[in-house]
Amino acid sequence: MTTTSETSGVGDDATLSSVGEALLRIRGLRKSYAGRTVLRSIDLDVAEHQVVCLIGGSGSGKSTLLRCVDLLDTVDDGTVHLGGVELTDPRLDANAARRRIGVVFQSYNLFPHLNVLDNVTLAPRKAHRRPRRAAEQQAMELLARLGLVDKAKDYPDRLSGGQQQRVAIARALATDPELLLFDEITAALDPELVGEVLDVVGDLKQRGLTILMATHEMGFARHAADRVCFLEDGVIREQGSAEQVLGDPQHPSTRRFLSRVLEHR
Amino acid sequence: MDEHTAAAPLPADEPASPGGYPGGAAADDYHPGAASDDGYTPGAVRRERERYRRARRRRDGLIAAACTVGLLAAVCAAVVSSPGWGNVHALFLNGAEFRRYFGDILHGFWLNVQMFLVSELCILVLGLVIALVRVTRAPGLAPVRWAATLYVDVFRGVPTLLLVFLVGFGLPALQLQGTPSSPVVLGCMALVLSYTAYVGEVFRAGLNSVHPAQRNAAKALGLNESQTLRHVILPQAVRNVVPPLLNDFISLQKDTALVATLGPLEALRVAQIHSNYDFNYTPYLVAALLFIAVTIPMTRYADRLQSRATQRQWAEAGR
Repeated sequence: MTTTSETSGVGDDATLSSVGEALLRIRGLRKSYAGRTVLRSIDLDVAEHQVVCLIGGSGSGKSTLLRCVDLLDTVDDGTVHLGGVELTDPRLDANAARRRIGVVFQSYNLFPHLNVLDNVTLAPRKAHRRPRRAAEQQAMELLARLGLVDKAKDYPDRLSGGQQQRVAIARALATDPELLLFDEITAALDPELVGEVLDVVGDLKQRGLTILMATHEMGFARHAADRVCFLEDGVIREQGSAEQVLGDPQHPSTRRFLSRVLEHR
Repeated sequence: MDEHTAAAPLPADEPASPGGYPGGAAADDYHPGAASDDGYTPGAVRRERERYRRARRRRDGLIAAACTVGLLAAVCAAVVSSPGWGNVHALFLNGAEFRRYFGDILHGFWLNVQMFLVSELCILVLGLVIALVRVTRAPGLAPVRWAATLYVDVFRGVPTLLLVFLVGFGLPALQLQGTPSSPVVLGCMALVLSYTAYVGEVFRAGLNSVHPAQRNAAKALGLNESQTLRHVILPQAVRNVVPPLLNDFISLQKDTALVATLGPLEALRVAQIHSNYDFNYTPYLVAALLFIAVTIPMTRYADRLQSRATQRQWAEAGR
């Protein structure tokens, strides 16, 4: 039982019925670490141009789910399809699959020995074999869009957290991914820097990118997410539109979680 | 000790360069003029503080100098007043012997430097190869990986002097075609065999010291194993291991003297010959001084790199 009776109908309508069109399709995903089950039977669809937010307490399985989709972890059971290709097939070239997905981590994980421009162009040049000039031109356009043009030659340790995270987003975008995975990308930032990163995500939504993100920013999820999924103990307890899940939660644990989070605003 | 570059009150538009300290700036040190882009001039409070800090540093410097001189004087007095000092002075500190053989031993020492440079190059390349072989997971390389592990285990466990004997006398005895017969080459081969095992482990530790998040980030971008290694892991690993590598090279520089046992006329061997001839040990002192003249600057340099690396790690950990 993954959703309550009321929401399962809505959730199914918005998601599971559109199986053919979903860009990302997760079915029965299961993952455990050393005997501890982190994800149990996750079903989730992300349609093209959609922004889907995963919410839930720490340890609920949000990050693990994203890691499984990007094949940074192998799944125990279930399938992940991206644009009709099964990513969980062990015969698949995992590097080729990862090239179709852009990931941004909570702790930025920029390459400290490379300047901003080289951080952004490394994957296009090496993994996608684009010529340096073309890669750099595209990277400069991306950096301009993210307000980082004057930082192109700086090294990551000279940038603020917000700037580093925007570079990380530029790096993820540089390979023109079909799907973006954001893993609590504002969680490590000082409060006054959160806005500049979320603005970028809002801009990406406007541009029609497909994003699956784990986040603690309920305000952002409310106005930017097409769908919100609430995870608890590795199970999607409730999913639906942002207004519905955040404004009128049906499942008791969603209500509990939201009141805990919103109390401390 | 660290003399501040900005001892005099600072002109407002001229920031003091923190790179001016000889020993590397201490992190908690005060940086006068660090923020002077807004027309700020130091006021009375700051000038007073700086005066106080200068006075303190001067006092600390004087205490350090006085203690050093005092200790040296005490040690010298103890040595000179010892009953055997007359003999030691004649046997080890003979000025005439020193002058007579210095040139000869220096000439021999040049051979040590050459052996050091050539061996170092080979060791760096081979050590890196060993480390890379040991960290890759390609199934086809499994036998090479086992061989590399065995090699490292064996050659780290054998004393370097023993290796010099084994290679120096054993290899020519095989009478294989194409084996070198020059003791210099054989000696260098022994050094390379021994030190490559160490340096390979240093490189491997460096490769493992790069944070796993970096590997993940590279993987997430779609870089394959070798691209990740080449563009992300290796550059950071090398940066991390420069200080420990320098320490190994200081030790290698000294160990070139072990090749003396095979007979080539390097510093120690020349000193030994002269010392046996005159029954005077001063030539050994000459050789020792020559080694020190090279190793001390290397040691200082390694220390400086090490402290800089430590500072960098602290800075990165603080983020």
